[in-house]
Parts: sequence; structure tokens; C-alpha cells
Amino acid sequence: MTTAHQQWFDICNIDDILPSMGRCALFNELQVAIFRVIDQSGQEKFYAIDNFCPFSQSNTLSRGLTGSITDKIVVASPIYKQHFELSTGLCLEDDSVSVKTYPVRLNGCTIQLAA
Amino acid sequence: MKLKQLAIFLGTLLAIPLLMLRNVNGMKSMKEKIKLVVIGNGPVGHNFLEYLVESGESDNYQVTVFGEEPLPAYDRVHLTSWFKNQSVDDINMVSEGFYPSNNFTLHSGDKVTQIDRFKRVITSDAGLEVSYDKIILATGSVPFVPPVPGHDRDNVFVYRTIEDLEKITAAAKTGKVGAVIGGGLLGLEAAKALMDLDLKTHVIEFAPRLMAVQIDDGGGKMLSRKIQDLGVSVHTQKNTQNIGDGETAFHKMSFADGQELETDIIVFSAGIRPRDELARQAGLGMGARGGVVINNNCLTSDNDIYAIGEVALWDNKIYGLIAPGNTMAKAAVDHLTGTGSSEFAGADMSTKLKLMGVDVASIGDAHATTPNSRSYTYVNDREEVYKKIVVSEDDKHLLGAVLIGDAAEYGSLLQFMLNKMELPSEPEGLILPSLDGSSSGIGVDALPDSAVLCSCMNVSKADVINAVEAGASDMAAIKSCTKAATGCGGCTALVTQVLNCELEKQGVEVNTNLCEHFSYTRQDLYNIIRVEKIKSFEELLENHGSGLGCDICKPTTANILASCWNDHVLDNKLQGLQDTNDYFMGNMQKDGTYSVVPRVPGGEITPEKLIVLGEVAKKYDLYTKITGGQRVDLFGARSEQLPDIWRELVDAGFETGHAYGKSLRTVKSCVGSTWCRYGVQDSMALSILLENRYKGLRSPHKLKMAVSGCTRECAEAQSKDVGIIATENGWNMYVCGNGGMKPRHADLFASDLNDVDLIKYIDRFYMFYVRTADRLQRTSVWMDNMEGGLEYLKSVIIEDKLGLAAELEQEMSAVVDTYQCEWKTTIEDPEKMKRFGHFVNSKLHDENVIFTTEREQIRPALTSERTSETA
Ligand code: SRM
Ligand SMILES: Cc1cc2nc3c(=O)[nH]c(=O)nc-3n(C[C@H](O)[C@H](O)[C@H](O)COP(=O)(O)OP(=O)(O)OC[C@H]3O[C@@H](n4cnc5c(N)ncnc54)[C@H](O)[C@@H]3O)c2cc1C
Ligand code: SF4
Ligand code: FES
Repeated sequence: MTTAHQQWFDICNIDDILPSMGRCALFNELQVAIFRVIDQSGQEKFYAIDNFCPFSQSNTLSRGLTGSITDKIVVASPIYKQHFELSTGLCLEDDSVSVKTYPVRLNGCTIQLAA
Repeated sequence: MKLKQLAIFLGTLLAIPLLMLRNVNGMKSMKEKIKLVVIGNGPVGHNFLEYLVESGESDNYQVTVFGEEPLPAYDRVHLTSWFKNQSVDDINMVSEGFYPSNNFTLHSGDKVTQIDRFKRVITSDAGLEVSYDKIILATGSVPFVPPVPGHDRDNVFVYRTIEDLEKITAAAKTGKVGAVIGGGLLGLEAAKALMDLDLKTHVIEFAPRLMAVQIDDGGGKMLSRKIQDLGVSVHTQKNTQNIGDGETAFHKMSFADGQELETDIIVFSAGIRPRDELARQAGLGMGARGGVVINNNCLTSDNDIYAIGEVALWDNKIYGLIAPGNTMAKAAVDHLTGTGSSEFAGADMSTKLKLMGVDVASIGDAHATTPNSRSYTYVNDREEVYKKIVVSEDDKHLLGAVLIGDAAEYGSLLQFMLNKMELPSEPEGLILPSLDGSSSGIGVDALPDSAVLCSCMNVSKADVINAVEAGASDMAAIKSCTKAATGCGGCTALVTQVLNCELEKQGVEVNTNLCEHFSYTRQDLYNIIRVEKIKSFEELLENHGSGLGCDICKPTTANILASCWNDHVLDNKLQGLQDTNDYFMGNMQKDGTYSVVPRVPGGEITPEKLIVLGEVAKKYDLYTKITGGQRVDLFGARSEQLPDIWRELVDAGFETGHAYGKSLRTVKSCVGSTWCRYGVQDSMALSILLENRYKGLRSPHKLKMAVSGCTRECAEAQSKDVGIIATENGWNMYVCGNGGMKPRHADLFASDLNDVDLIKYIDRFYMFYVRTADRLQRTSVWMDNMEGGLEYLKSVIIEDKLGLAAELEQEMSAVVDTYQCEWKTTIEDPEKMKRFGHFVNSKLHDENVIFTTEREQIRPALTSERTSETA
């Protein structure tokens, strides 16, 4: 969660990530999947989760399709199509599986991640 | 010790009564099998054997089968489809290894000439003597040839066996005119065959109308009219008195009314006669007009001889249809083995057929002979439709019906009659066209579970319900697990209704919505997009959907937009909808790398290009394999390498192979007439032309095609969505084949096409599929679920029944005209190229992609191999 003590690091320009898509960032030697999504109320939102897909053991989540399942905003793994909720990292198909989430924000035109 | 002895003693005590019981039933011990001789290897004789195996008792019998015809049993009902390929494969009934694996001895091409009931031995033409305990007589029937003078001349045939068709085909080569004597069901089928052999065809009928047995006067007139429209001359009330030498043709037929007709070929189809000569000679009980008398267990007057099929006479009736024969076969097995209790208690003779593309159906008391019955008739001269129902005096029960030109109501009418269901008030509503478009007919829910939905395969409503309970959820599954709708096909509509109704009831909501975001089917969305000229997902979602979309509706929409408007996959408004395979224009592999598959049309490739492929693969260290689709796949490319790899390939003249898209994969080809000594057409040239025409077309699922240069079929065209096989005169087009998870042989769609018509039909076929199929539904499943199946498809594509042909062709040419190589366009656009890097903020590679070497090439390292490498 975002707290006052967090230190933010610049990752890329907003235009580097197209609306409703994801890209992978290298952050502290970690692979983080950042998504840019317009939510149901028309607001632009950013999410960051692990890029590593626990089902296929590959760094691919940033390349999944985003969307909504009921009221949850999700990404579908491009390999075996499991859905992960972007705000929590929880897998909808298997509640014993989740991926980490990271604080992310838009600062001006720059997308930033926090440690 | 003591215990064991006691056990043996008890065992023998028990065994004695058991043995006695067995003897009472006439059974023998395992060692001494019951000798069973099956005479006749037609459809019914064969189905008897299938039922015997199903009963689980076949091991107790030593089975010997005799068939007079040279080939093992084939499906006579579909005899006419032999003309398709002139090969028995299409109608063969015997699955591979059926006889040997069940230890049945089959003597094909050998006829049984005598049954000696005292010695209990049969003798065959080839001189075999086989002793028997039980006999199954399934000798069927022969066409009746009236003894008209000249009936034994050359070029006079009957229509019953493959040999008959071979002879007719040979004679048709030199003849121009053909005549069929007999305007019944089989006569019309024979007439269709003559017409297809390019003969000017006549049908000669003794009665005042066609199909006099099954349909009434009004129906007969409408049928004649429709058949004459097709170019066949129908002559009713004609009594042939002599066949002699003709002047302009081989024969001259002279009729009782003084008229004459000249023809080269004559086919007799004037009814059947049971083949009862063996039974007669053996002294079995016979009917006055022939036929072997049987009881409800199919036993003849000799308790060791059963008779089944068209040779058997039950209640003074011969049943000239397959369904009753199968019921008899089952009853005989049940009685013989004691494993069941089914009996033959007569059969309903209602039929529905398509004769020369004309729907004809007859149900029950078609002639309204029941005293005081009432009839309702609907005639539409414009559409050439005739419908009549016959109901009981009180309007409550259906007694019979005749349907010509449109037999859609056959299934429900038949159920009304068979189950004695009460008719709605004003029963005429059942055959009147509904002006508001709602369908009349019955709620299938009202049918009793015992209702037989498919009479060919004897499948009841309960069978379909059981199949649904066991997980069958579409028609394709129902067909494969119950065999319903796999015979004449007349029951398809009804079985589909029952299926849907059951699915709904069992909570398997027949929800055809694409996903939670759109309450529409893929077909609906296609129409919306076309009609409203929608160009983006946002527009579609805003006007017709809800939520944000998902990994189902986004790619589906992208796919439909591409079929309609054919914009580039990475067009700004489309790229966010593409599944990763389409986005990176390569298939993602298990480790997140991609494959690279350039198009190699028809599999033809120059040495120079082959070298380029090798060089590129070597330079980027890609695993290289020849695919099952006659081209080369390069695996293990990281996303950031894709643009460079493709630039080299495009520069060398390659295009994308769309191995990733729901689109045309390959048009496989054999080398064809240019090299092959058997080739009759240039299959190579056609396949390249087709691959270039349809490449890039986005469709509900992938499309595969193949072209073979002759009937040897080296390109395996009959396993493709569209397969083409060269003939002497052009191309035979096959559709809806599938390899993959559930293989399906393609069906012959049209024959001897020239290039122009072939392409026209393929254009229409594909576009109709693109319009109407479900998401990820291959053409095979699409057709299996289509009401009316192949015939309907032909009517839409060939006869243009829906008036869509021109539109479909135009839509296809729009796609063809806007083709671009997606990779070529992409590498020309620097903005797009930027998006291929693995990291948005670094040029580094994904270090989780680790290869190891095997057989001199790379492959993804296993987890165990990774740890050892990092350790
Ligand atoms: C490469 C290849 C196997 C090979 O090493 O030879 C292959 C590889 C794949 N096949 Fe295939 N199929 C390949 C020929 C076939 C064939 C044979 C043919 O086309 O003659 C078949 C059976 C024929 C048919 O489709 O009717 C075939 C039936 C399937 C199926 C099952 C389709 C079905 O209707 O049941 C799938 C799964 C699907 O599409 O849903 C599939 C899916 C796949 C995918 C795309 C699986 C995936 O999603 O990753 C594989 C990845 C391809 C890649 O990375 O490039 N592949 N696949 C062949 C590529 C042919 C080409 O040049 O394009
Ligand atoms: C063109 C055509 C279309 C048809 N269409 C339909 C249809 O749409 N629907 C329908 O229900 N029915 C249809 N029928 C009828 C259907 O084919 C028959 O009901 C069915 O074939 C009967 O099967 P069977 O085994 O009793 O007899 P058969 O098919 O006649 O088989 C008997 C076999 O026994 C052999 N045999 C005879 N005597 C001996 C002997 N002494 N020793 C050894 N072998 C012997 C014969 O050579 C033959 O192969 C059609 C028939 C034809 C010809
Ligand atoms: S299908 Fe016919 S023409 Fe083609 S290679 Fe085989 S034998 Fe030759
Ligand atoms: S009734 Fe003939 S296939 Fe079902």
C-alpha cells in the first residue's frame, strides 16, 4: 500500500504503456508487470503485480489481456488463461495461488513504482 | 485341508444344478461353442453380429458368416453415395478388424446353396460344408423385374448392389438417355443417379402418381412437378409391354397406350422380392407371396433358424426399410442369447427423405383410409409445397401426414402419432406457415421418455437424456455417443430440440452468450458489427455490452472486426484486444518465447529460400522443425528478437504464415500432375493460388486446406476444412473435415468443378462460416450442429437458398483485396517496433529463458536443469 515513507522510482513514460495493456518493468532486479486500465467508472488506473506466472513458471503476465470478471479487474495469463485480480494479486481459479502486488502511480507523465 | 475339501464338495454340489440349468436352455459348456451360421452379410446380418458382440455372449458362439457379395457388409441405404468416390469406404459398415478380433469367420463372395435340416449342415457354392446348431437367415431381397419381353437385354439393370452401380456407370459412358421403370422411393433414387451420370432421365410409373404407396394424389402431383423442374421427365400410368431395338437409342420401350420411348439404359425398380429360395428348399414356413414366416422372436417354423431383415415375413408383411430389420436383429440376439427380452412387434413405416433435393415425408395413414378421419391440406404453388395431415374424427389424434417440398414438421408430427399425444385445438395450425415467425409443433418436454426420436438407430428420448446427463452438451457429442441422427438424418431437428430442452432443465443453462460482457452469441455480434459498421471494441462495448471486456470477448471482437474490415492487427484501436499470439504475431511457447513460421504456400520452396531459413535459424539459434503443415517452424525466439528475425525473412521475400491467428494455416498440396505419374491436375498451382487468396482471412477458428492431384489423396485433403481432389474433369470439393481432437472425414460438397466455380464456392463457404459459427468452432463441429447439415449447406452455398451468395463473395473479395503481410507492415513502423522489448525500461533479456541442447539444437531447460546451471 502507498504510505508516506515510500520512495518512488521512475519507470517509464505513460505512452510506453498503451491503454488496457501491460508492460514488464525491471525493478530492483525483479520483473514487475505494470498495467494501465480504464475502470468501470471511466477512471484511468495503474496496477503492478509480479510478471512471473506461477502456473507456467514463466515471466509472461504483463503480456496477458486485461478485463473485468464480475466487479474485479483482472489479467488473464497468456499461457493457460488463469485470471489474477490486479488489485490483490489473487488467482480467481485457485484461491491457494496469488502473486505479489506493488505500489504504482502516475506522477505527471511518468509511471513510478515504490519499493 | 478339511476346509478345502468341503469347499470342493460344496462346489460340485452347486455345479450340478447349474449345469442342468444350462442344458435346459440348450446352452453348451465353454469348450463346446454353439455353432452359429449367419447367411447373408447385408446391413441387417451385420447389425445382428454387432448386437451379438454388444450382448457380451459372442464368445459362446463359433460364428461363420456367408455373404454372396464380394465385399463385407456395406450400408445399402446410402448406396448412392458410392458414386461420390466410387469407393466403398464411404459406406463400409465393418470397422477395422471386426471379424478377426471377435473370432468370426467370414466367407465373402460365397453363397449358401443348401440347408440340410436333418444333417444340420449347410453347403456353399464353393463347396464348403459347415455344420450348425443355429442359423440366422439374413438373405435380404432382390429387385423385382417383371417378365416384360426384352427385360433380359443388354443395358437393362437393377439398383441394389455396388456391382449394379458399377455396371450402370460403365454403360452411362456411352449412353445419352436413361429410363427408370418404377416411380417409387428407390426408383427416384435411381433416377437421381442417372441424372448425375449426365443422362437425359425418364421415370416410368405404372400408377397414376409417383410414390403411390407412401403419398396421396395431391402430394404425388407436387412431387412430379418438382422433379420435372429438375429436368427429369415423369411418365405416369405407363405400362411397359415390350423392350426392343431402338432407332435413335439402344432400346425402344413400347407402352400399353401405344406410346414409345427410346433410351440407352433401363433400370428396373419395380419393388422387391424376398430372397427366400434357401428357406423354400429347406421347407420352412413361407407366406403365400413369399417371405419366411417369423414370430415376434424372429424364429421361423424351425426353432433353430431365425430370419431377419427383408427376407422375413411378419404378420404377412415384408418391411423394406432398415429400421425394422435392425429391430429384428436385436430381437433375434435377445432370444438366442437370453440376454434381453426385446421382440419384433411390427414397425412404423413412416419415412422422410430427400429425393433429388426435394423433401418428401410420409407418416402413418397417409391415404386417410381410417373411417371418418378428417384431412387438412395446405398447398402453396409458389413455393411448391404440399402438406396434409390426417386426424381422428374428434380432431384429437394424428393418424397420418404427407409433406412435400418442406418436411420441417416431420419430427413433431411423427411424435404426435407414435405417442398418441393429444393435438392442439385447430390441428391445421401444425402445417400452416406461422405468419409471426413463431414455430408451431410440440413442446418436446411433453414427449414420454420412451418416445423413439431416431427410428433408424432406435434412440429414445431417454437415451438422449442419459447422454446429456453423462456430459454430452452438443449435437456432435449426442451423435457420437447415441448414434442418433446418423442414419437418414430425418430426426436431427427433433433430437436437437430435446438436447437443448434437457440442457436447460439440468441447469446447464444453454447460455449462448459469448461471455459475461455481451449477452449475444458470436453470430449476433458479427451481425451487429457488420450492420452498424462498428470499428472498435469500445464502440461495441458501449452500445451493446457491459464491464471492461475480457480475454474472451476482446479477441473475438478483434477477430470479427478483422473478418469485416481487415485492419492491421496492431492498429492502435485493435492491439489491446489481441491475444498475445496475435499481438506478437507468433505463438507463445511454454517458456514465454515465440515461434516463427513464415508462409510457404503449398509447401513449395526454392533452395535459396530454404537456405535463408537455415541461415536465420542459425544466426538467432532457433530450434528448427518441419511442421505437420508442410512448412518450417523456428522456435525459441525472444519477443525482442522477433522484429530483427522478421526483417531478414521479409527481405528474403517471406511473409507471415499466420500460425498464430485464427486464420488460414496452410494449403497442403501434393506435387500433382507436373511430376507425379498419376496426377490428373496441377494441384501445386491450385494450392498456391488458394493459399494466396485466403491467407490472412480471420475466422472463428483456424482454417486448413489441402489439394491432391488425384484420388490417391497424398495431401490428405479429406481431413481439412476445405479439401480438393483433382478429377479428370476438374476438382471435387470436400468440406468440414478435421484432424485434431476429434477427427472427421470431410464430406463431398460438389464434383468436377472448374477453377472459377470452385473459388466461388469456397468464398461463399468460408464467409458463411465466418458469419455463423461460434467462437473457436471448427467447420466440422459447425456443420455437425447445423440443422439440415450438409444438404442445408449445399442449398445455401450452391443453390443460394438464402440469396446471400453475391454478398458473401463480395465480402470475401474485400478481405482478399485488403491483404497485407502483418509482419512487413509492422517492421516498417518504428512506433510499433518499440513494443517488442521484454522490459519497458531496460534492454536486458528475460533471464528466466534458459535453453539447453538436445540433438544438436536448443530446447527450454527443465527446472532440474536450471538449478544445476545456477548452482
Ligand atoms: C507446429 C505444429 C506441430 C508440428 O511440429 O508439426 C503445430 C503446433 C501447434 N498446434 Fe497444431 N500444429 C501443427 C499442425 C497441426 C495439425 C496437422 C495439420 O495441420 O495438417 C493438426 C490436425 C489437423 C487439424 O487441425 O484439423 C493440428 C491440430 C491442432 C489443434 C486441434 C484442433 C482441433 O480442431 O481439434 C490445436 C488446438 C486448437 O487449435 O485449439 C492445435 C494447436 C497448436 C498450437 C498452436 C498450440 C498452442 O496454442 O501453442 C501449437 C503451436 C504452434 C507454434 O508454436 O507454431 N493444433 N495441428 C504444426 C504446425 C502446422 C503449420 O505449419 O501451421
Ligand atoms: C438404393 C437403395 C436405397 C435405400 N434407401 C433406404 C432408406 O433411405 N431408408 C431405409 O430404411 N431403407 C432403404 N433401403 C432399403 C435397405 O437397404 C434394406 O432395408 C436393407 O438393405 C435390408 O437389409 P438386409 O440385410 O435384410 O438385406 P440385404 O441388404 O439385401 O442383404 C442381404 C445380403 O445377403 C446376401 N445373400 C442373399 N442370399 C444369400 C445366400 N444364399 N448366401 C449368402 N449370402 C446371401 C445378399 O447378397 C446380400 O448381400 C434402400 C435400398 C436401396 C437399394
Ligand atoms: S495425390 Fe495423386 S497426383 Fe498427388 S502425389 Fe499422390 S498419387 Fe501423385
Ligand atoms: S431417424 Fe434416421 S437418423 Fe434418426
